[in-house]
Amino acid sequence: MIPAQGGLINSALLYRIGFLTRNALVTLGSIVWLLLNTAEELADNIRRGRLPFRLSALFTQADRTAVGSVPLVLMVSFFLGLTMALLTGYQLEKFGVERLIPSLIAIAFTRELGPLITGIVLAARIGAAFTAELGTMQVAEEVEAIEAMGIGPLRFLVAPRLVAIVGAMPCLSVCAVIAALIGACLISWVTLNIVPAFFFDAVLSSLLVNDIVIGFFKAAFFGLVIGLIACFKGLTVQGGAEGVGRATTGSVVVAITSVIGFDSLFNIIVTQYTK
Amino acid sequence: MTETPLVHLNQVCLAFDGKSVLNGVELKIFPQDRLVILGQSGGGKSTMLRLILGILKPTSGEIKYKHLRVSRLSRSKLNLLRSRIGMVYQYSALISSLNVRDNLALPVQELGRKSESEIDALVEQKLAMVGMSGTESKLPSELSGGMRKRVSLARALMLDPELVLFDEPSAGLDPVMSSVIDELIINLTEKTNTTSVIVTHEMDSAFRIGTRIAMLWQGAIILDDAPDQFKRSDHPVVRQFVTGGVDGPMTETLPDADST
Repeated sequence: MIPAQGGLINSALLYRIGFLTRNALVTLGSIVWLLLNTAEELADNIRRGRLPFRLSALFTQADRTAVGSVPLVLMVSFFLGLTMALLTGYQLEKFGVERLIPSLIAIAFTRELGPLITGIVLAARIGAAFTAELGTMQVAEEVEAIEAMGIGPLRFLVAPRLVAIVGAMPCLSVCAVIAALIGACLISWVTLNIVPAFFFDAVLSSLLVNDIVIGFFKAAFFGLVIGLIACFKGLTVQGGAEGVGRATTGSVVVAITSVIGFDSLFNIIVTQYTK
Repeated sequence: MTETPLVHLNQVCLAFDGKSVLNGVELKIFPQDRLVILGQSGGGKSTMLRLILGILKPTSGEIKYKHLRVSRLSRSKLNLLRSRIGMVYQYSALISSLNVRDNLALPVQELGRKSESEIDALVEQKLAMVGMSGTESKLPSELSGGMRKRVSLARALMLDPELVLFDEPSAGLDPVMSSVIDELIINLTEKTNTTSVIVTHEMDSAFRIGTRIAMLWQGAIILDDAPDQFKRSDHPVVRQFVTGGVDGPMTETLPDADST
């Protein structure tokens, strides 16, 4: 009987894995569908000789996504840069190489932490807002009403949000890098006697154009991932207010996990490719 | 010669997850009809409106709008068709972040080629038609249910549609406001020569508004007639619906309370 029980457990586990994998693939397919259909609706409008979407909607979304997120991104990055410099400084000091801190912080934030931290902040702050807004509109039949009027809801609702977050991410990532460098510079000056002039000179000499390009590309890609997940979750809300809450939580969790996952995947590919 | 229908639902079937909602609906809507569709809650009445708009696709059968097959239209052609149809939702579905003026202006800004001053004049005209002048700057949350319905009706008329679909226009309104909305539907559709389809389960509204009444029962149209004939029908389902009796075929098909 024991092997039979084991067999049952194994088949249940296999079923569960299969079920989750299928669901994940369906969701991924639906998100790609969302992107392609948004592009198609935009192209339709351009073909008719009209603007792809309302510029006022883009400016509104850009304002809340980019301008509204600046203080939080600056604050988080400043303290993270400061902490990172402090902790690595004590370790590097033991080997007498604490002067590597500026280049370490600069490269780490430009290539990696700047886009990543900005992505996490925007997934929590803006991704959640996108999902909640679109979810509430979906529940109140507002999305369907837009569709029923013959206005492409993806073009009208999704496109300005996507463009805003894809454009905002690289700009905010630059802000994050600058804030982190300022935080690291201050703590290095106070605790390790590294003067700001030396610090920023070392930063400039250590950074390569490649680091900046990779940082920009990553940030824009993370913006696309966060925007797509947030809009998809919002447009597929079911079940009233509780459904909106569930979708918002799901959006933040999936977006943050995806950003970290894609970052790791990207690093593996880039490291292998440039070895 | 027989008149060409504006909309023809030809043997339309629709199922969700294997559960049949519409089962061979055959219905023709002629120009300037005020067709009321009656039926039980959850019986597929609102679904029929979504099928006409192409928001849902039938499992089988077809929906024709004049000569166009709705479910086979490309996205851009479907959007063009939708711009000729107005829809008034049960809960109004006004865009909550836009004020009344912007809600009304939306379809014209997105689909028309009018200047902002022309749009303002049009908004003013349509709001006056529904007795809502002076509310341009109000948000939907600042309006009562009846006012929202009227604004929603004004929005549906912004592109001068050929057909207006009403999903439960008097749901959630007091009897007086319900009558006001009914009168508004009659006056506006007569004034603008618009065809309208009204989904409701309120008998008073149905007999007041309708020039034709169709009864949807178990996914099919069982009776489609003029209000007087409809009232006199001896079909047991229609009789029970008209009189609101407890005993009859409708009650027999309700799920047993113990089994739910």
